Amino acid sequence: MLLLILTLIPFIGCALAAMLPVNARNQEAWLAAAIGLIGLVILGYLFPQINNGDVVRQQIDWMPEYGLNLVLRMDGLAWLFSLLIIGIFLLVVVYARYYMSPEDPVPRFFSFLLAFMGAMLGVVLSGNLIQLVMFWELTSLSSFMLIGYWHHRADARRGARMAFTVTASGGLCLLAGVLMLGHIIGSYDLDVVLNSGETLRDHDWYLPTLILIALGALTKSAQFPFHFWLPHAMAAPTPVSAYLHSATMVKAGIFLLMRLWPVLSGTPEWTWIIGGAGVCTLLLGSFIAIFQHDLKGLLAYSTISHLGLITALLGIGTPLAMVAAIFHTLNHATFKASLFMAVGIIDHESGTRDMRKLRGLYHLMPHTATLAIVASAAMAGVPFLNGFISKEMFFAETLMVGSSDNWWMPLAAVTMGVFSVAYSLRFINVFFGKPATDLPSTPHEPPRWMRFPVEVLVVFCLIVGIIPGLSVGPLLHNSVQSVLGDMTPYYSLALWHGFNIPLIMSFVALGGGVLFYTVLRVRFNLQQVDRVPVLYRFNGKQAYENIMLEMRSAASRLERLLGTRRLQPQLVLIVSVCLLAGVAAAASAPGVWTAMQPSTPHLPFAALWLIGCVCAVAAAWQAKYHRLAALALVGGAGLVVCLTFLWLSAPDLALTQLMVETVTTVLILLGLRWLPPRLLDIERDKRENRIARSRRTRDFILAVASGLAMAAISYLVLMLPAGAGIGGFFLERSLSEGGGSNVVNVLLVDFRGFDTMGEIAVLGIVALTVYGLLRRFRPAPESMTLPPQQTNPVDPAGSQQPAEQAETGYLMVPGVYLRLLLPMILVCALYFFMRGHNLPGGGFVAGLLFSVGIIIQYMLAGTVWVESRLHLQPHRWLALGLALAVLTGLGALVVGYPFLTSHTAHFELPLLGELHLPSAFFFDLGVFSVVVGATMLILTALAHQSLRSHRLPVAAIDAADATGQEKN
Amino acid sequence: MEAVIAIAIGVLFASGVWLILRPRTFQVIIGLLLMSYAVNLFIFIMGRLWVNKPPLTLEQAVDPALFADPVPQALVLTAIVIGFATTALYLVLLLTSRGLTGTDHVDGKEPRQ
Repeated sequence: MLLLILTLIPFIGCALAAMLPVNARNQEAWLAAAIGLIGLVILGYLFPQINNGDVVRQQIDWMPEYGLNLVLRMDGLAWLFSLLIIGIFLLVVVYARYYMSPEDPVPRFFSFLLAFMGAMLGVVLSGNLIQLVMFWELTSLSSFMLIGYWHHRADARRGARMAFTVTASGGLCLLAGVLMLGHIIGSYDLDVVLNSGETLRDHDWYLPTLILIALGALTKSAQFPFHFWLPHAMAAPTPVSAYLHSATMVKAGIFLLMRLWPVLSGTPEWTWIIGGAGVCTLLLGSFIAIFQHDLKGLLAYSTISHLGLITALLGIGTPLAMVAAIFHTLNHATFKASLFMAVGIIDHESGTRDMRKLRGLYHLMPHTATLAIVASAAMAGVPFLNGFISKEMFFAETLMVGSSDNWWMPLAAVTMGVFSVAYSLRFINVFFGKPATDLPSTPHEPPRWMRFPVEVLVVFCLIVGIIPGLSVGPLLHNSVQSVLGDMTPYYSLALWHGFNIPLIMSFVALGGGVLFYTVLRVRFNLQQVDRVPVLYRFNGKQAYENIMLEMRSAASRLERLLGTRRLQPQLVLIVSVCLLAGVAAAASAPGVWTAMQPSTPHLPFAALWLIGCVCAVAAAWQAKYHRLAALALVGGAGLVVCLTFLWLSAPDLALTQLMVETVTTVLILLGLRWLPPRLLDIERDKRENRIARSRRTRDFILAVASGLAMAAISYLVLMLPAGAGIGGFFLERSLSEGGGSNVVNVLLVDFRGFDTMGEIAVLGIVALTVYGLLRRFRPAPESMTLPPQQTNPVDPAGSQQPAEQAETGYLMVPGVYLRLLLPMILVCALYFFMRGHNLPGGGFVAGLLFSVGIIIQYMLAGTVWVESRLHLQPHRWLALGLALAVLTGLGALVVGYPFLTSHTAHFELPLLGELHLPSAFFFDLGVFSVVVGATMLILTALAHQSLRSHRLPVAAIDAADATGQEKN
Repeated sequence: MEAVIAIAIGVLFASGVWLILRPRTFQVIIGLLLMSYAVNLFIFIMGRLWVNKPPLTLEQAVDPALFADPVPQALVLTAIVIGFATTALYLVLLLTSRGLTGTDHVDGKEPRQ
């Protein structure tokens, strides 16, 4: 439970932080700090168990059949990393409170920072590899947001994009690697995986799996050749750099390598890939760092080199190297976070990070300078500081690698030591000399609490450097134990191991570093070198940009080649592909069709369909020039379909089809008025004519082929005996369990009620969308005036308002007649609704019938007349209907049944006799109400356009006048 | 019967396909209507053809062999109503597009003019 809380509170905090006001720096900081403190308390509470060597584990089943569960698992290593994540988070929060300026929108910052912490905790606490990858990608995502926090700056956007592209692609590789790993081992559960090292290493897929997982880890930890993103990520605010790019995110790759070390390591491939990348990175990073002019750039490359050191240690693969790796991870996080914060202070106070400008800061900010100097000494590996001990362990390990004549590894190690001393000297150089006078602002000491996190971290550097065994000994032991288990070697964390080769190497590195720096400074004018000697040719950033550019142009070439924005070619493609797929499926199907005897056709039925087919073909033919005729013809085909339903034992369908047909026809009639007049054929030259003809021929062939295919499939299906469907189930239970004899209706409102609920929701959404679209509807200019049919001077109706036409004009007789008919239609709707459960009818039919009753009033009496007498508010019908349907469903939940379970109550009423009232009745009432609301909303919204359009031409004329006057 | 209904479905579908490949929005809406008839009928006949056997179980004892299959009917019923909703949406979209672009071509602009 505690682990779940630990993982979830940062995300809860993330949501809370996002809701605070824009300038609430203090509240944000308190909130974040509170969450960090809760995390620390949980960690402290769990420490005794971890110290005993136990593994705290919590599993929440999700899809156990597929081995996908939420597993949270904490052992020594996870505990140590959690401590690092939460501890540095707290310090960064304090620091960020003072670093962020009042103009920055802090909710976004703290919200993403919390999300990042949650994702990071998720990575280290995951007990399931898939889950780990998910959190891994979350860290990429949240770090993208944090690097791009100042999104008005181009470098921040570019840096964020680059970091995200590299790390997220690595994440995808990792996912692939993890899936392969899970396939080999048969489980994603970390405990199982950790015990299956042998199986994996002996498997044929070992190498690809290793490469994919290594790609994930190396991209995340900015290892060569993917190191280039980290310096560009320095565009982030400094607290982010201190947190993500020193202590946590870049350590995620390291963490993964440590986590999977027992499974993956111990092979030559592992040593070559991981160790090789590590050694390249540590040399490259430390060398480039010397030639940076930006303080943060120097720290970034130094981070790359230290990460390379840890990776190299992991690549070496001995248990002692693992001890050194974990220890150095801890040490690096401490001194590098403090250095980043110190740089942030310098930047904040002096307005620049350029080492060519900064000088003599010691005189202006002595406290900060002292802290930074101590921390950079730790970075250089000076004795009595934590960096010294772990670096010495690294030197010792390089000596053990391979055989005794293996000289290059120690040499690389010492070279890197020399370089790191040199760049540390370059770094602290800004504190000495005469104070600079040309800085953007005069530096002074920062606020007390802004310096506090740096102080804390530097004190840790000292404590760990002087009494390592007493301070971090137990923590280190726990995590080493959790990775290595029985292989845990004997090691001593003492400062003094006697006079031995690693010690000599340390001093060679220190002395050599000072010498190297002096030579560079005096002979080569280091301050003015503006590119890195030799290595500037290997420009990872340029390679990245080239690849991105290539990909973009390849994508657009592909789009030009294969894509189109025109609808017709797309539809031709879709239809052709469907057709081909159908033909292919039919060709590969077993050739045996157990044919049945076709039933004798009824002559009237065939005649009916002769009419239907003629209607359909004629509609297709006429749809271009005679829209009204086409609409009528489609209606004819629809009526034939409706009769077919009736003929073939589907009275409910016939009723619904009839009503929908009516409503659709009215709907399209309303729309016809806004369509442009169709001109007869445009003048075309011969070539265009030929193209048009060939296009039509192609479409005709496609249409005929699709029709033949549909007919063939239909016929083949009908010739096969029906399989054992689920129809019998519903037929048998409809009356006994659903309480209704109309099986179709019972299916809709009871058995498949949830489906119907979704459907009426869709209906409501469509109606509201239609309404929303029409609110901003602007007809084309030539449609604004009255259509010529309505302005015929001979026809007296042309000069009358719609209301006049209905009151005294030619519509008077049908108007009165239909007004009389209205109550009867409504009674009819009620009748169909009431009997729906047992006989054909139901909410859909009744709703449509009700709507038709109202719509004909609109059509004859006019919108104004109807709406002045009848206040139908379709929105409310929609809302009421949906609410009723949902409430009926929830009612079942209240009495302890699943959502939408139906119940039938029986009442004895005077006069009416026995009344049985299923709860599905109320559901059907909801359906009815939604159907009425949706239909009315759609149709009236469209009908109202005619009212609005009378105003529009006036406005258009006014506007035209206004522009005309301006011209004059 | 089987041949008649199969041909009917084929003709409706072919007319629909022809129309949705046309350039004018109104042709496409008519085509979609015709196609939806064809598809609804096609789903409907998956329960096979039954004459005079509507799925109304008026008595407790039920022999499923004596009734039409209610499942395709229920599916088609919802499909008809949803079909109305999508037709309405498409109609409004075509009207809006016509208002905004001044043309009723499906691509929102006249081809090569």
